[in-house]
Amino acid sequence: MLHLAASTTQAGEPWLNIAIFGAFVAITMIIVFRASRNNKTAADYYAAGRSFTGGQNGSAIAGDYLSAASFLGIVGAIAINGYDGFLYSIGFLVAWLVALLLVAELLRNTGRFTMADVLSFRLKQKPVRIAAATTTLVVCFFYLLAQMAGAGGLVSLLLGIGDQVGQAVVITVVGALMILYVLIGGMKGTTWVQIIKAVLLIAGAGVMTVWVLALNGFNFSNLLDNAVAAANNPEILNPGLKYGVSEVAKVDFLSLGLALVLGTAALPHVLMRFYTVPTAKEARKSVVWAIWLIGIFYVFTLVLGYGAAALVGADVIAAAPGGPNSAAPLLAFELGGPLLLGLISAIAFATILAVVAGLTITAAASFAHDIYASVVKKGKPEAGAEVKVARRTVIVIGIVAIIGGIGANGQNIAFLVALAFAVAASANLPTIVYSLFWKRFTTKGALWSMYGGLASAIILIIFSPVVSGSVTSMLKTEDIDFAIFPLSNPGIVSIPLAFFLGWLGTVLDKGTEDPAKQSEMEVRSLTGVGAEKAVDH
Amino acid sequence: MGNEALSAQDETAPPVDYRAVQESPEFQRLRSRHRRFVFPVLAVCLVWYFAYVLLAGYAHDFMSTPVFGSVNVAILLGLAQVVTTFAVTTWYVRYANRQLDPVAEQIRDEIESGATFAAEGVTR
Repeated sequence: MLHLAASTTQAGEPWLNIAIFGAFVAITMIIVFRASRNNKTAADYYAAGRSFTGGQNGSAIAGDYLSAASFLGIVGAIAINGYDGFLYSIGFLVAWLVALLLVAELLRNTGRFTMADVLSFRLKQKPVRIAAATTTLVVCFFYLLAQMAGAGGLVSLLLGIGDQVGQAVVITVVGALMILYVLIGGMKGTTWVQIIKAVLLIAGAGVMTVWVLALNGFNFSNLLDNAVAAANNPEILNPGLKYGVSEVAKVDFLSLGLALVLGTAALPHVLMRFYTVPTAKEARKSVVWAIWLIGIFYVFTLVLGYGAAALVGADVIAAAPGGPNSAAPLLAFELGGPLLLGLISAIAFATILAVVAGLTITAAASFAHDIYASVVKKGKPEAGAEVKVARRTVIVIGIVAIIGGIGANGQNIAFLVALAFAVAASANLPTIVYSLFWKRFTTKGALWSMYGGLASAIILIIFSPVVSGSVTSMLKTEDIDFAIFPLSNPGIVSIPLAFFLGWLGTVLDKGTEDPAKQSEMEVRSLTGVGAEKAVDH
Repeated sequence: MGNEALSAQDETAPPVDYRAVQESPEFQRLRSRHRRFVFPVLAVCLVWYFAYVLLAGYAHDFMSTPVFGSVNVAILLGLAQVVTTFAVTTWYVRYANRQLDPVAEQIRDEIESGATFAAEGVTR
């Protein structure tokens, strides 16, 4: 058994890690093959024939949502920054109330495959679909980059691959596996991978949580004392270690909180999951399941984060190859040796693989359904052509994700995910809310809000301290400094701006939309009349 | 229908006068029950969440007050956010099952049976 010290470049047995991961891939691949036998139509491929139950879909949503950033990132953030890491968990969880109360059921009742189905329902088809598909692709791209970068970082710890070339090979393997899952399995295969992964992840985190508590006599206060003693800093129990350092940091934190709570209900890959269930009632059940699973998981991360601080120590974690992201694997090693490390690492890998697959199918569906079938072919594609285009798009997105992932290797995962949340909340949420609840809303308002929100979020990020101005920025140098916007999180500016633009565009629009479509959308969204039914096989 | 991508399943169903449904008292009741619940509840939840975020940012000493052992106000308020999220979820599900679903189902049945709300001048 290898002993762990700050100087080791790897932990555990790489071959054991690879064997456990290989077993996961083999088992899920068999399930994906079996699940995909009935993939015939677009509804099968994108929406799994709408055949999942609320519980299954809720687990898959939790699987989608508890990404590598949630698991590795939050445990690491709590271990090093103390309480401020937990604030992420709360934002990620409370965000589900927006999805449950405002979006899930109404969306399930009105749409078919993608977010654009709902946004373009009563507005002008072509421009709104193109705008919604654009924001979907951009959000998926940022989220994909985060996951692929996470894969690169994780592997350096687990397999002892420290050099850039070796990590690039691993990112390529993850990308290729993901393409295979999505090509063969479609939404059904992807959903099963998510469900298996969610169960493994929550069970694994649960076992570790009970273990950590047992080592501290099932006394949470003792655990906190031990974490404080190990860190030699009582401030890790209090908010402000990371975000309390200056007035700007406090505003930055508020901005992050806003993006987290409003971003979830606008993430295209989360929205698309609501179409895999047969009715709005099952969509509601899905969210309820997801909220319970995600909430319980985040309570686990609180214990695991402080557990890692107490048992592994912040210094060891910070010095390990994966940095803060290695906290959870290192804690597993400390508790259960190489075997538990191998299991937890395989689960973390599986997490990345499954989330990447979910994002890819969302992006592919958006391109094939919104751009190809609805705009290029004007809603009348030849039979089977749409799914064929979707499959080809999967390969293109896979290759782009591999290249982008290699480029983004070493970037901060949590930042890239927070960025995706901010972009989603700015570009998508105002239009989703207005189009469901504001009768007068027009195409001009939708376009101004979507493009304005997207552009403002991205421009503010480019001119933020995240991109330039310090050695910790993307450009990694102090010499180039165009960070004229002081905040790292753009949400506090771009989200209200997008809501304002949606209102302004609408009141300045001299035309009105077809009132009959508004009536139809409202009736259908609330009653479920004419909603897409499950596919019989 | 303007929305071609959505029209496939509607070809077999009778055309529906959605305007009439929208103006019907049953639908107005469903709509107001839905909005009367989701808007205020969500508003309160968001205010509660941002109060927590602002306290974490600006009320450092209050949040750092130990309550029992080393467990402080910040950790308890964080866990309280989790509890309220679970509670609101459960509350909404009960409300939707009792107050929204029966009305929605009734309207859906009326429309799908074609007895009421069929568009004028169309017989099938």
